[in-house]
Amino acid sequence: VTIFYFPQNGGSTLLGYIGIDTIIEQMRKKTMKTGFDFNIMVVGHSGLGKSTLVNTLFKSHVSRKSAGWARDEKIPKTVEIKAVSHVIEEGGVKMKLTVVDTPGFGDQINNDNCWEPISKYINEQYEKFLKEEVNITRKKRIPDTRVHCCIYFISPTGHFLRQLDTEFMKRLSHSVNIIPVIAKADTMTLEERQEFKQRVRKELEVSGIEFYPQKEFDEDMEDKSDNDKIREAMPFAVVGSDKEYQVNGKRVLGRKTAWGIVEVENPNHCEFAQLRDFLIRSHLQDLKEVTHNIHYETYRAKRLNENGGLHPISSSDTQESNL
Amino acid sequence: MQKGKLTGLRATEKQYVGFATLPNQVHRKSVKKGFDFTLMVAGESGMGKSTLVNSLFLTDLYKDRKLLNAEERINQTVEIIKHTVDIEEKGVKLKLTIVDTPGFGDAVNNNECWKPITDYIDQQFEQYFRDESGLNRKNIQDNRVHCCLYFIPPFGHGLRPVDVEFMKALHEKVNIIPLIAKADCLTPNEIKKLKDRIREEIDKFGIKVYQFPECDSDEDEEFKQLDKELKECTPFAVIGSNTVVEARGQRVRGRLYPWGIVEGKFTNKFLCSVENQSHCDFVKLRNMLIRSHMHDLKDVTCDVHYENYRAQCIQEMTSKLAQDNRMESPIPILPLSTPDVDTEKLIKMKDEELKRMQEMLNKMQQQMHDKEQ
Repeated sequence: VTIFYFPQNGGSTLLGYIGIDTIIEQMRKKTMKTGFDFNIMVVGHSGLGKSTLVNTLFKSHVSRKSAGWARDEKIPKTVEIKAVSHVIEEGGVKMKLTVVDTPGFGDQINNDNCWEPISKYINEQYEKFLKEEVNITRKKRIPDTRVHCCIYFISPTGHFLRQLDTEFMKRLSHSVNIIPVIAKADTMTLEERQEFKQRVRKELEVSGIEFYPQKEFDEDMEDKSDNDKIREAMPFAVVGSDKEYQVNGKRVLGRKTAWGIVEVENPNHCEFAQLRDFLIRSHLQDLKEVTHNIHYETYRAKRLNENGGLHPISSSDTQESNL
Repeated sequence: MQKGKLTGLRATEKQYVGFATLPNQVHRKSVKKGFDFTLMVAGESGMGKSTLVNSLFLTDLYKDRKLLNAEERINQTVEIIKHTVDIEEKGVKLKLTIVDTPGFGDAVNNNECWKPITDYIDQQFEQYFRDESGLNRKNIQDNRVHCCLYFIPPFGHGLRPVDVEFMKALHEKVNIIPLIAKADCLTPNEIKKLKDRIREEIDKFGIKVYQFPECDSDEDEEFKQLDKELKECTPFAVIGSNTVVEARGQRVRGRLYPWGIVEGKFTNKFLCSVENQSHCDFVKLRNMLIRSHMHDLKDVTCDVHYENYRAQCIQEMTSKLAQDNRMESPIPILPLSTPDVDTEKLIKMKDEELKRMQEMLNKMQQQMHDKEQ
């Protein structure tokens, strides 16, 4: 029988397994139980396939398509904000997905300031959250209605960004994560697409528009390298569809034209799959964190520095009381 | 490919969206950042606190400690000493802080000997509250105490007055896990009697020790059974050891006693093994503390104990401000028609709450302003 007094080498040598790594599993169980919230906003003028894209992304009818303007439906005079929530589940993970649509954006003859209702909505969500946070008795889990991601649809003109595009993105990229996409990419050939992308990226750079993932928030070399690759490939040129066709014995989502079937998830046809993987499978959590740790904190700091504390956000029209 | 359930209208073969990876995305970030955990140990000297901590985390935090004799201890008051160690296991980093409370219960007159301890806990809450209310919240350090192991001596017949008073002073500030120390001097029967007695007294005196959360209904039977056994076993009767005994290729942590050597052969009978579940509850404690409930201990600290402190703090601040007569006029909420008594009451309540929130924010701003200067 030999007796050791441990630790033998001084310092902290471990003899055996403590079990600290199990905390990951403990956290995981807890988050699975509580579920997740995700709020996605789509902005772009009508007809760019916004609702279809969201439905394709989440493989579910979470956004109602407007089948053109019906006879008694008029184009809204101002930009409306319509938020619709659904709970979807996958692999035991429950997600409350809220899609915020912005009908009327860019559809008027005079589109001056059409971004204002959107900016107001985004700030209102920050305000709601802030009020909950400073409350005396706080909810355990503050309901999160803040916009985690704003997908901006660029019209596939093939030429340049429109003035409205740069105006919008310039003004909002500092309060929300903007992901620009080139909509209805099947109207361009692959070469046209590449050229258009280059031009768009150059313009975004020149205008100083920092879209998500923003360079300044890369946390370490690993992040930077992953995100650099994504930034090089953006804006993704996408096609959306909720119709299925049979191609080579498989059922695929696609658009059937007279000359062929555009397969939405085929990386040779368009970049939908890349967008989906980026948005949902790798950066979903990061989108929420950047919203919470950066955009929300910026808003909060601004509010706390203003004179006097809390005033309900009011404009000339409605007085919002969140009490 | 996993199949997912959808609220959508159409179901095709590959319905996998991919957000089932969300827990992994969260986990990846946490692994990068690492975790922290603050554990407090309290009880008289010689209860085996340091040894237990060393045994739990397989490390020696107390290498250079000097033990004081009775004379040296006469004028000692309760101190608060922090030891921090970084532990990494399977890629997961943990910054462990042990808060030690030497001197507790050692004096002749131990009146309110827990005060330095409650003060310490409150200070950590206060610091967190300030940080949380401040402008720069990026790198808040969380020094709040997540759990307090309280060591009850095995020699008595249950809780002593100092045990009751200590736990009552702390049960609304920190998660208390009472332990029966040095359990190897008791027979299994004595342990059972002592545990029953202590549980009774905890109920009788209204002490709120840490409660294990209820099992989910969809957990398997084995887990539910383990959970039940765990709950019935409290308070845990523990022993710790800094010695490892090796024989015949087996390494066992334990304490060697002269009784029980059977025919000169090596058997476990003479060795009180820390990790033998029939000898003591060390394994149960370790599994609960580290492997299954560490996250919950932190959650309860944040969601319950800290929130209580914060609410109390805010109320104190606003009543102080009211006394100083520094009230600003609240934003009026005009009713559209003549209100009835109920609506008026509601309006008044909401008025007051708004007032309170405003004042608190003013106070916060003032503090921030002061900090900057």
